[in-house]
Amino acid sequence: MGLLTLFVVSIIIFTAVNMLPGDFAQAILGQSATPEAVAAIRRDLGLDQPPITRYFTWLAGVLQGDLGTSFAQANFASFVGEDSGTRTTVADQIAPRIKNTLFLAGVTAVIAVPFAIGLGILAALYRNSAFDKVSNVFTLTSISSPEFFVAYILILFLAVLNPWLPSLSNIYDGMAFSDRLEKTMLPALALTLVVTAHMMRMTRAAIINLLASPYIEMARLKGMKPMRVIVHHALPNALAPIINVVALNLAYLVTGVVVVEVVFVYPGVGQLFVDSVKIRDIPVVQACCLIFAAVYILLNLLADILSILSNPRLRHPK
Amino acid sequence: MITLLWIIGGLLALLAISWVLRKLAQVVTGNKPRFRDMPLAVALGYVLGVVVLAFGVWLWFQPNAVFFRWFVQGLAISVVAAFIFRWLGRTVGTKTTKKAFRQMPLTASFGFLVILIYAICAIFAGVLAPYGQAEVFQNVNVLPGGNPATGGDPAHLLGTDQIGRDLLTRLIYGAQNTVGIAFATVCLAFLVGGSLGFLAAVFGGWLDNILSRIVDVLMAIPSLIFALLLMTIASAWAGSQQWLLTVYMVLIIALIDSTRVFRLARAVGQSIVVMDYVEAAKLRGEGLGYLIFREILPNATAPLLAELGLRFCFVFLTISALSFLGIGIQPPLADWGTMVRDLAQFINFAAFSPLAAALPLMAAGAIALLTVAVNFVVDWMLHKSSGLKE
Repeated sequence: MGLLTLFVVSIIIFTAVNMLPGDFAQAILGQSATPEAVAAIRRDLGLDQPPITRYFTWLAGVLQGDLGTSFAQANFASFVGEDSGTRTTVADQIAPRIKNTLFLAGVTAVIAVPFAIGLGILAALYRNSAFDKVSNVFTLTSISSPEFFVAYILILFLAVLNPWLPSLSNIYDGMAFSDRLEKTMLPALALTLVVTAHMMRMTRAAIINLLASPYIEMARLKGMKPMRVIVHHALPNALAPIINVVALNLAYLVTGVVVVEVVFVYPGVGQLFVDSVKIRDIPVVQACCLIFAAVYILLNLLADILSILSNPRLRHPK
Repeated sequence: MITLLWIIGGLLALLAISWVLRKLAQVVTGNKPRFRDMPLAVALGYVLGVVVLAFGVWLWFQPNAVFFRWFVQGLAISVVAAFIFRWLGRTVGTKTTKKAFRQMPLTASFGFLVILIYAICAIFAGVLAPYGQAEVFQNVNVLPGGNPATGGDPAHLLGTDQIGRDLLTRLIYGAQNTVGIAFATVCLAFLVGGSLGFLAAVFGGWLDNILSRIVDVLMAIPSLIFALLLMTIASAWAGSQQWLLTVYMVLIIALIDSTRVFRLARAVGQSIVVMDYVEAAKLRGEGLGYLIFREILPNATAPLLAELGLRFCFVFLTISALSFLGIGIQPPLADWGTMVRDLAQFINFAAFSPLAAALPLMAAGAIALLTVAVNFVVDWMLHKSSGLKE
């Protein structure tokens, strides 16, 4: 099912990009290009074939890890003569950035998930107390602020007024892990604030939903401590919705990453994506879009699978 | 690493303090049930609250904690304003509005107040704004405050940007452009998504199947990414005509968001279609229009209205994000997302001049304030309509 969706999505991305008016070759060379030069580039990029052939060539390439050549980086074989073998492919451009983005998302997840679930359990435990109300207002606020607002506030307080963390994340290969972590900290914190709120509210709601059930009543009447009631009796049953919302939020990270990467000049896929959109570098836009969509679909699929696994009734169907 | 150790050590110390205090309270009050049964965590919560309060008071008197003082003042002003607004609503108006205001929590009345102010700004922008939105002045980089001693200018209360445009004017016009465009987009999304959703619910069968599968696929692409992809294409189509790009943006975001509206409208519609009164109307021989507008729509108002609020927030944030990335609303129009991007570098001067850092935060704060307000109102409406108290 996930694969099928991905296939259809790839068709959409491809058609959308091919709806672009005009000719790439013409656009690259400008108005005064000779017809022969335009034709040469079109042949080079394979633009003279019909769309369906191009789609399957592209798809076959993608499946083999070949995402094509970036227009901005292309030096065309027909001009250089022989293909010197030094041209940068989209895959070369994206691969290190994917690593960076995954690192950022990973750091965020490591901070955000335990934090959010812990806070959610606490809010459910002390529901309708001052703590619950304050955290409700704060989470609503941080859900609804734009990512760049949160990011700039963090820069203001943690980087400019109190120089604790660097505000620019210039990450390069071969950096020590601790350095890398320090440089990633601020974008990760910004993403954490954006993501935590939603997860925490859902955790709280999922647990509170269960508190009216008879077995919770029973546990309470046995004289169990409230914390134990929640952790041992309510939490395992609330696990399915919680896992679902965690996976959804990790998928959301993929989107949120774009804006945050731009704010912190973090060299990830999101930054590359926005830059390529601005200069209309089609192969890169196509590839980034496909990667984001694939991660998104995979995480959604994972959410479904995990919520089935966490529920014994679904795990052992009659 | 050392900071982490300090935090853990501090927490342990607080835990010890709260244990001692609880013990003390038990001894002093002669083992009153309130203290006897108090879990340690609750005691820790009280101690933590006191520590945070004390820290806030200490910070208030630090000379360079300007932002903290602004924050607290802003918070106090908004609480007072919300309180007065609620009191006004309770004393003035018809019976129904009075009743609504009586049940309202402070957050919701604050939300209503903010939305009202933004609406006034957006509608009367041309009258309220001191200058034109693209008017350029001689004084560039004037700081907010209007005090010449701190780098301000009484003629420009909130200062000017790098090329000398008055920021107060641009903030007010931003309300008109950003909020207006977002509102138009949401209305379009609801028109398309809502009517298709209801049609799918009423007809069912192959129409429902086809529409649902299309929506499934469209929803499989993350919305911001999809919007960026389509905007690339739109920018090629629009060519040099900037206003056309804005129109395309409205259409694109409306398309993406109408999928979410479709889902909800279909689900709500399906649960209503199976009701007896709809069946009765069908047997009476009522037409499709009657079914949708007189039977389904009135019963679907509450969830759709809440969704309208949430959707508006999402659309508003998406448009701001696109503008912030430089691909949304285009320059001659004043817009908050673009303002944040243009003014962002000033934040690095915060240590020398807090007023300079306030420039980008004002525009970003304007976005955040509106979405927070809408969320507060929607939260209250959902709470009220669900009838859930626990």
